[in-house]
Amino acid sequence: MDILKLLSDTFLDWNAIGAVLPKMFAVGLPNTLVLAVSSGVIGTVLGMLLALMGISRNAGARWVARIYTDVLRGLPPILTILVIGLGFGPIVRQWTGSTSPYPMAIAALSLMSAAYIGEIFRSGIQSVDKGQLEATRALGFGYGPAMRLVVVPQGVRRVLPALVNQFIALIKESSLVFMLGLLASEREIFQIGKDAASTSGNLSPYVAAAVFYLVLTVPLTHFVNWIDRRLRTGRPEKKEPDEAAAVVGKGAQA
Amino acid sequence: MSEFTSGTLSAKNIHLSFGSNHVLRGIDLHVPQGTTASVIGPSGSGKSTLLRVMNRLIEPDQGDILLDGRSVLKDNPDELRRRIGMVFQQFNLFPHKTVVENVSLALRKLRKLSKEEARAEALEQLDLVGLKHKADSRPANLSGGQQQRVAIARALAMKPEVMFFDEATSALDPELVKGVLALMADLAKGGMTMVVVTHEMGFSRNVSDAVTFMDAGVVVESGPPEQVFTEPRTDRLKGFLADVL
Repeated sequence: MDILKLLSDTFLDWNAIGAVLPKMFAVGLPNTLVLAVSSGVIGTVLGMLLALMGISRNAGARWVARIYTDVLRGLPPILTILVIGLGFGPIVRQWTGSTSPYPMAIAALSLMSAAYIGEIFRSGIQSVDKGQLEATRALGFGYGPAMRLVVVPQGVRRVLPALVNQFIALIKESSLVFMLGLLASEREIFQIGKDAASTSGNLSPYVAAAVFYLVLTVPLTHFVNWIDRRLRTGRPEKKEPDEAAAVVGKGAQA
Repeated sequence: MSEFTSGTLSAKNIHLSFGSNHVLRGIDLHVPQGTTASVIGPSGSGKSTLLRVMNRLIEPDQGDILLDGRSVLKDNPDELRRRIGMVFQQFNLFPHKTVVENVSLALRKLRKLSKEEARAEALEQLDLVGLKHKADSRPANLSGGQQQRVAIARALAMKPEVMFFDEATSALDPELVKGVLALMADLAKGGMTMVVVTHEMGFSRNVSDAVTFMDAGVVVESGPPEQVFTEPRTDRLKGFLADVL
């Protein structure tokens, strides 16, 4: 039973787990949420911009969106984070005097997720029937308002599950910012676990970190499934025969 | 329906090509105010495209479009389209909005009515097409005929001077066609200027004031319905009528 004991010492050292919990709650969890939520919001806004550029009638805008998306989607996240964090960090430091890598971390995560979210939005918007745009324009709306009021909302609705999946990915990828060397107050779930693991000498703090990630991601996964089901089946409502057809049209001649 | 005060529509020598495909080859169509013009012809003859050119969803390569005697090609096309209501074969209702929101959207955003005013006016329009009781349903929960009547209400809500119908009953189950045609006939009787692209020869013959037969991008024959249907002069129209009647 040595192996079981070894495993339990490595992964389930309750003292080590208990020791890391306060810091997880006070520092790690809030920081992970700040990183994921802020880059999720910025990534969504940029992604929508990229999607609209991608379907624009302006060839230049389409090209910019295409190249951006290809590059940012084609790079490993860790490379993007390092290049942006370490490369642009000093420049930002010169401008603002801030030494925090945090804004750079958020920028890198936002730019990366924008590429994916842009493609998600674009496919959703393009899946909306062309008749929707035509009918809206026939009422007298310009292209911009027609897209904003009718086409984009329908497209976004269809890709909500994919969008939430992207947010889940973002929560996980936010762990990579540890590469930038965060200040003690800036450390997120993964880095807190990593720090504690090096003092406790076993991997139990990583288990604690894993539980924190799962508590964030698993409900989101089920939320995706729920939206997906809801979108496919819709709200139940009774369909009635065309009874009113008989009421109108006293002038029926055809 | 109330009386309509303006809306004489003319298309003059309209040409349009998609690449090497010459879809419209010099079309003339004159629709005096308060009359209904039906446009018939085989699939691919350019009928639906002609409608889209006349409200400038598609810009013509050549020719002119006159509303009340004045060319509209230099106007803002969005403003032109507010004066011309359009009803589509596939209804094209907004599935993410309720029935009443479908009708009130343009009232709120284009005619700048308040939410309450727009809803009240939209309900009034829905009442005219017999669907006020469906105001808060989603389009997906309506039958095809009901959806098309909502689409008509949506177009009428903008108080257009002219109404376009693009094969408005072609996608409907046979038993639902009658209600929609009856509504269109009521509109025509009420004095609305209408251009109706249709495969419903009964409607074309009984309701419209003039019939235009198109084939391969040209107007082959046109005239009062009695003449077009009983005394076709060209072989193409004779052949077409033999196929559809």
